[in-house]
Amino acid sequence: MEYKAPKEAYKGNVREVTIGKGDKALKIGGENILPLHFFDEGTLPNPPRFVLEVLDMEPTEKTPHLLEPFGDAISDPIKWAKKCEGFGVDAICLTLISTDPAEKDAPAEGAAQLVKRMLGELKKPLIVYGSGDDKKDAEVLPKVAQVCAGENLLIGPVQKENYEVVGKAILDNGHVAIAQSPLDINLLKELNVKLCKFLPPERVVIDPLSSALGYGIEYSFSLIERVKQIGVITKDSMTMMPIIANLGDECWKTKQAKENKTQGLLWEGMTALSLYLAGANILVLRHPETLKLIKDTIGR
Amino acid sequence: MPISGSEIVKMLPGRKPCKDCGFPTCFAFAMKLATGGATVDKCPYLSPEVKAKLEDLLAPAIKLVTIGTGDNKVQVGNEEVIYRHEKTYVHPPGIAILISDKESDAKVDEKIKKVKELQFPWVGLTLKAELLALHYESGDKNKFLALVNKASASNLGMILISQDLDTLFAARDLCADKKPLLYPITKENIDQAIPKIKEKPTPVGVRGASIEELIPLTMKLKEVGVDDAILDPGSKNLIDAIRDQTFIRRAALKQGFRPLGYPTIAFPCFMAKDGLKEALTASAFINKFAALIVLSDFDQYTLLPLLVQRLNIYTDPRFPMAVEEKYYEIGTPDENAPVLITSNWALTYFIVSSAIEATKVPSYLCVKDAEGLGVLTGWAAGKFTGDQVGAMVKKSGIENKVKNKKIVIPGRVARIKGELEDALPGWEVVIGPREAAGIGAFLPDYVKTLKK
Repeated sequence: MEYKAPKEAYKGNVREVTIGKGDKALKIGGENILPLHFFDEGTLPNPPRFVLEVLDMEPTEKTPHLLEPFGDAISDPIKWAKKCEGFGVDAICLTLISTDPAEKDAPAEGAAQLVKRMLGELKKPLIVYGSGDDKKDAEVLPKVAQVCAGENLLIGPVQKENYEVVGKAILDNGHVAIAQSPLDINLLKELNVKLCKFLPPERVVIDPLSSALGYGIEYSFSLIERVKQIGVITKDSMTMMPIIANLGDECWKTKQAKENKTQGLLWEGMTALSLYLAGANILVLRHPETLKLIKDTIGR
Repeated sequence: MPISGSEIVKMLPGRKPCKDCGFPTCFAFAMKLATGGATVDKCPYLSPEVKAKLEDLLAPAIKLVTIGTGDNKVQVGNEEVIYRHEKTYVHPPGIAILISDKESDAKVDEKIKKVKELQFPWVGLTLKAELLALHYESGDKNKFLALVNKASASNLGMILISQDLDTLFAARDLCADKKPLLYPITKENIDQAIPKIKEKPTPVGVRGASIEELIPLTMKLKEVGVDDAILDPGSKNLIDAIRDQTFIRRAALKQGFRPLGYPTIAFPCFMAKDGLKEALTASAFINKFAALIVLSDFDQYTLLPLLVQRLNIYTDPRFPMAVEEKYYEIGTPDENAPVLITSNWALTYFIVSSAIEATKVPSYLCVKDAEGLGVLTGWAAGKFTGDQVGAMVKKSGIENKVKNKKIVIPGRVARIKGELEDALPGWEVVIGPREAAGIGAFLPDYVKTLKK
């Protein structure tokens, strides 16, 4: 029996999306192979990007082994972000959690000004997440887009409830959208179709929602794997966007991560590595040691 | 590459309805064969050659291999898909701890104890590692045999690792009835090993420096009737391992290439120096097809995440995981404790119970069987209505546990309040937070209202 190595070649290409501008520009996606399948026919021009998340207010959850690497910087988002730049990140993710009506309900203007100040201080490109409250985000995210016009930020979450107003502001002010839908491939495609009626698909990144190990990771894993395969293998235009896995916060919310440092790092690390292997192009983490651990483990 | 019924029927004798197989026609029998609903021996008219050929064609693309015996046996293989979302993965990888005969007695005892005793309750299941991988390194054969005897007494499944064949088979002779995996069989030792393997058949681990090197080895074993094999393509690092594991899985399933139709073994213990990296490497192998994973060591904090990941990746995506319908005690609730209710999708239960636990308010959590759906979808599907929730609460016996007849329902199904109050006379229904994340803010204040 003759063995012929079962190499595969696909027809689809994940779109290459650029975030940030000038020296800070960062390319994402662009591959026509599945994750780490360097043995198949095709290329991976941009490896998955590693990002650390900072919050725009001091975290209410004080897990010591999570906050320890940042010291006093956690009380100042800009210092926190600059500290993260020292940990080998490709970008910084700022979450405007203080604008959440269930938190401080902080006004849009102040949040937008913080993003602008942070931009001026950072050497790496910036990803901005609103609180996830679709109504409040419809005020906050357009404001951020306007105040930082032309900076090519990656901004989200754009949801089916607010995609028109947030997507329009992203388009008008030269940014990239994070299209978020709740763990369902049909909802995900539907939102992309709606968004791409006015936003070029090169300006869209998919956030399928990332669940933590033990708390639904199998849904995120299989969904990301499917989205990637439908894009790369069957060349479905509406799934050929890069994928962002915003998983750090989900992991550090778990009892298991809070309870012990080793367990916490592995909880975040295994979630991240699984979603990397499923096909995520951007991994948003909370702990710098997790980031180093994954890079070392993959060894590339 | 499963064979179809229409291909099978060409190989059947095609006698006018003899019905000796129990089916009306050869075609009906062929269709049953193709889907695993019948076995080849039901047809008495097949020549031995055709019978053997059919049996081979109908065998699973990846051989099912069993290591160990009794309650502690580990079964791997029989996988039908490359990607989990195509159907489901079937047999979760066995996790082994590596024990060298150079390690101290105390260390050996500790490691055996870890595999036996590190067990974790998780959504109604018990998670644990299952195998001991015994490594001959000391150069002192008797020392290794003593280790094998000690490990054998634990009744756990074993992997025997020895470059020296005499020692390997001497160890096997001590525990052949426990069906250990013998490792490694290589191109250098296979000819000497085959007669010994045949004396007392147990599964064997075949090692090659590449996939190509494995192929003649498994073919040779198969020729002499040894078919319980596990493959080690000798991957040096994680990137190579993903290539090798993917090629083996594809060759078996997509090409129907029998010489690679066996489960695989991975050795994070030899690939990573640091404990955390080793655990992460192992986690990549859970996603990437390994059937046996050998770790140098673990503790509760490195093992639990791996076991949870294995559980998650090997759950069947076609069926939601569900927990049993009953009331659960969180902490040690007394007669003044709050009562809450949610649905029985494992994830819902897990998130809600974790949120309650985090408040440190001892509580009762009632779980209503909504056929594995979440609360809102369960309600929409007619599985979480006020009547049904009421009936569940009555049946559960929670009434005898608390003085306050008050029950907290998820805010998302606030609309069942009236119906539930009708179904539960004497109870007050309280509308709780919409999301589990809101329980932290809700429960501590709510419980104060109960103590009055």
